[in-house]
Amino acid sequence: MRQDALSGGFADPPREAALVFRAALDAMSRPGRIVQVTGARGPAPLSPAAAALMLTCCDAETPLFLAPGHDGPALRRWVAFHLGCPLVPRGEAHFALGTWEALGPLDAFPVGTPDYPDRSATLIVERDGLSASGTRLTGPGIDGAAHLDLPDPAALAANAARFPLGVDLFLTAGDRLAALPRSTRLEVS
Amino acid sequence: MRDLQDDDARSGAGYNFAYLDEQTKRMIRRALLKAVAIPGYQVPFASREMPMPYGWGTGGVQVTAACLTPDDTLKVIDQGADDTTNAVSIRRFFARMAGVATTERTTEATVIQTRHRVPETPLRDGQILVYQVPIPEPLRFLEPRETETRRMHALEEYGLMHVKLYEDIARHGHIATSYAYPVKVEGRYVMDPSPIPKFDNPKLETAALQLFGAGREQRIYAIPPHTRVVSLDFEDHPFEATKADAACALCGATDSYLDEVVTDDTGGRMFVCSDTDYCATRREASETGDSA
Repeated sequence: MRQDALSGGFADPPREAALVFRAALDAMSRPGRIVQVTGARGPAPLSPAAAALMLTCCDAETPLFLAPGHDGPALRRWVAFHLGCPLVPRGEAHFALGTWEALGPLDAFPVGTPDYPDRSATLIVERDGLSASGTRLTGPGIDGAAHLDLPDPAALAANAARFPLGVDLFLTAGDRLAALPRSTRLEVS
Repeated sequence: MRDLQDDDARSGAGYNFAYLDEQTKRMIRRALLKAVAIPGYQVPFASREMPMPYGWGTGGVQVTAACLTPDDTLKVIDQGADDTTNAVSIRRFFARMAGVATTERTTEATVIQTRHRVPETPLRDGQILVYQVPIPEPLRFLEPRETETRRMHALEEYGLMHVKLYEDIARHGHIATSYAYPVKVEGRYVMDPSPIPKFDNPKLETAALQLFGAGREQRIYAIPPHTRVVSLDFEDHPFEATKADAACALCGATDSYLDEVVTDDTGGRMFVCSDTDYCATRREASETGDSA
């Protein structure tokens, strides 16, 4: 078990983190695009994509909320060794990790302030799969329209309606990830 | 011993990939992701001292360092030119510190760092344009207090900027602002596109990702691809992307931004493309101007 906590990091952190960041930046700047990230793994149920993303973005400066289902001794040890994030409740989180259901209502997370809308949470939502179909997306980063299978389009549309406030999402499944920034407009039928 | 150290420095040995330490890169990367999520909003970041003076592109260099991967091909331009001091030294810095390939060709580059120009060749998906920004706050010369400009952005209170443009019209008969021309991004934030000529403003709507770094002022902002970028204007004084009324003396281009070059002390002058790669590519394709 201890072995679990110590393993799973990048073999060559500067180069691998750079590749993962570029993939994440690509996903965030082109909502709906699904990218592949590799090089990291953590204890179940953490997906390889979420592990890589956290190794790239999170450290001792980013308070982290672990949602029920992900929160557990094995993942806590992995986070402590690889990231060193303080673990905090939803309302203080810079990053949050879990399934959509376990993360709970979006209102619980920081959405930024009118003066500093960047002081908002980034949610890493673990999913069973990602598919470029479903909810129609428009807005910055999208040429015309894109489609993405989203957990709760109505709640996410409400998040987008608060722009420039709001949370930003990464959706992860296996070694693939997509992103949904607050700037994306959702077409909810 | 001394030779060995010099060799190490030349090869970049002993330095982290892309110069910055990993914690600094994570901090910049988080700022970049928020900047992309809130197009046109200036995200504060903990800018580091870089091995070059402020004003030489410390913000752009930090953004580039946080973005570069070993597979990238980097192009650096200064006022459109690949062969000026600033461009040459930044390109060599990253060739050494990140081991990336470099190019002068806009079409071959995956990351382009620029000082005050947008390349003439249209950019595509997969390319990142990194701007060096001296003063990121478009309202700064109208309102010196950061607390006030921040509140003005929060309240979307941009009347003062329109007054400034109106005063241009009242005084000169037209909007005389010719560079760092303010834009509104996706209908929300007014943004300084850095001191690019207003000729380049229409190119801010592109398929490439645009990132802006201001080192001394400690701000990062972004325009995602396919984002609406509108230059501020009035119905009766619409925005106009202006350039010198001439053709390039070397390649004959009439659609590119031109530099005026004084050639002697008797009033001789010529206009040439500011974008050296655009001009060279046209001349290789046997397009010639009057002086070629």
